[in-house]
Amino acid sequence: MTISTHVSGGGSHLPAPAEGLGWGRWAVIAVPFLFLLVFFLIPFLVVGGISLRDPMIARPPYGPLFEDGAFLGDLENYLFLLSDSLYITAYLNSLKIAAISTVLTLMIGYPMAYAIARSPEPRRSILLMLVVLPFWTSFLLRVYAWIGLLKGNGVINNLLLWLGVIDQPLVMLQTDFAVYVGIVYTYLPFMILPLYANLVKLDGSLLEASSDLGAGPVTTFLRVTLPLSLPGIVAGCMLVFIPVIGEFVIPALLGGPDTLMIGRVLWDEFFSNRDWTVASAVAIVMLVAVVVPILGLRRIAERVS
Amino acid sequence: MAAPDTYPRPWRDQTDPPFIRIKSITKRFGDFAAVDDVSLDIWQGELFCLLGGSGCGKSTLLRMLAGFETPTAGVVEIDGQDMSRVPPFARPTNMMFQSYALFPHMSVEKNIAYGLQRDGLGRAEVAGRVAEMLKLVQLDGLAKRKPHQLSGGQRQRVALARSLVKKPKLLLLDEPLGALDKKLREETQFELMTIQDQLGVTFIVVTHDQEEAMTLSTRIGVMDAGRIVQVGEPRDIYERPGSRFVADFIGSVNLFEGEVEAAAPDFMRIRTAEGGILVPPEAGFGSREKVAVAVRPEKIRLSREAVGADNALTAVVEDYAYMGDCTVYKLKLPSGRVVSVTETNGFGAEPFTWDEEVHLGWPAAAGVLVRG
Repeated sequence: MTISTHVSGGGSHLPAPAEGLGWGRWAVIAVPFLFLLVFFLIPFLVVGGISLRDPMIARPPYGPLFEDGAFLGDLENYLFLLSDSLYITAYLNSLKIAAISTVLTLMIGYPMAYAIARSPEPRRSILLMLVVLPFWTSFLLRVYAWIGLLKGNGVINNLLLWLGVIDQPLVMLQTDFAVYVGIVYTYLPFMILPLYANLVKLDGSLLEASSDLGAGPVTTFLRVTLPLSLPGIVAGCMLVFIPVIGEFVIPALLGGPDTLMIGRVLWDEFFSNRDWTVASAVAIVMLVAVVVPILGLRRIAERVS
Repeated sequence: MAAPDTYPRPWRDQTDPPFIRIKSITKRFGDFAAVDDVSLDIWQGELFCLLGGSGCGKSTLLRMLAGFETPTAGVVEIDGQDMSRVPPFARPTNMMFQSYALFPHMSVEKNIAYGLQRDGLGRAEVAGRVAEMLKLVQLDGLAKRKPHQLSGGQRQRVALARSLVKKPKLLLLDEPLGALDKKLREETQFELMTIQDQLGVTFIVVTHDQEEAMTLSTRIGVMDAGRIVQVGEPRDIYERPGSRFVADFIGSVNLFEGEVEAAAPDFMRIRTAEGGILVPPEAGFGSREKVAVAVRPEKIRLSREAVGADNALTAVVEDYAYMGDCTVYKLKLPSGRVVSVTETNGFGAEPFTWDEEVHLGWPAAAGVLVRG
């Protein structure tokens, strides 16, 4: 008893200045934490709660979580996801599309980032601005513009017909091809910017040293430039891969009926089927499922640095 | 009697063909000529220093030898081979960079092995030669460290080892000791000379530090504004500077401006504000030509009594700096000119002090006539 009062009294007395400093620090950290709490954690818990309930024809369309003090939640909705192959297929397909488009954006973005990083100063700023320029128009408008380009009597088909390269319009819209075009086009800046930020710091004398020691341009790239730019590659891949998994607008507008992506399934469950409980379960599973590849990329990033 | 000098100095008689021939090489960046019509011959086994202030073109010249810059005009020949169309990775040269340029993602041993692996050498041979190199630069225990885990001096050694491991015909060193502190720099200078002597590799060192150039080199090429203004052994450059710039750039010097008054077979007299100054006869200077007499501070004798030297003046001690081994006096002449004189702090002599009147004198042979 005496000991505890003594300790608490001493504790409140001595580290007072440190506590004051701690308050200031907490206040700074609290802002983003509060933001995440209100706009991420609470909605997440709400959605998680809905996913445990039974569907019901009501408004909102789900039953209560507690009734007369009894917990009514169960994992039925999650089991339903396993029973219907649609969800697993959609998830795997999302992963596949995300992986392929990440590789494509990397292949296109790396040379662009490298060229920008290596160009002299006034031109470099202009090129960087050009990369960011598409953001000045709405993302939705730009995806709609692709419809105009890719559709049966769209710009590309008409041009090819007029040139005589083809005699029948190509079916491009509502295919996986169109989805890849849309995704790569939309997410390219997210690949280029972190890669550029990394490559611009690359010390030119390292490349000279490699050449001086007998390495040709290809070897220098593979042995020096590439390994040193790995952190940029990982950052760019994460910025493309993660949002593409949950991408909804591009597959909805450019994809066909067989372009199954988890984001689209989620939309359909919520707004077409009005099955909020299953939709919530899909949302939770998707979130958890995205964490797995992120952890994998994080591991690579840690090993690199 | 002096011991016979057996040190090879092929540049003196020039019977052996030079190992590196730089033939009127020029490098322009836009309108600016960084290197302006430089010709230079360097012999096998030399430790040649390119000395000059920043922006004098010494680094550009070195980079043209390495192949990182393409000459606007002129040719570089190494061992009789024209290097014009040879890319850096195919040249028989290696370079030690000023920033060291160590690969940050590779360990010390991988950095050193990099060049050998590019030549496709076997694993065992690479390992053997890396170990040999690590021993030479005394880094045996640090093979697995990354560059950021090393001190500045250790990084400098890794860079040296990496550039030497391929046994290049020519090693180019860009300010190799620039990033080291003074004491480490002095130690490393002698190590560098020992290593060069052991391996017999030709070194070309770029430096702005004249002391370093003096200590290291067999010969020095002094550069100014893209041109080589004088090439010679350290002693020549110091004792017989060919121009006012060289005299002033290397060490400290007293310059007495004046004009040629009289020329006799065994001396010349120069009329200056301090009176007539005698210098050894020098060809190529006409009567009344504007010249300067360069006299090194340590060649002037100070005394409290009048001195019987070829050139004798009186002055007042304005200031002095006690340096330990020597004292540098700032002496004001009646003409108003301040000359510096270095006196060795030997044993027993009483030092001069402020406002003391002193006599100074130097033999005619101690002065050098330069234009300007």
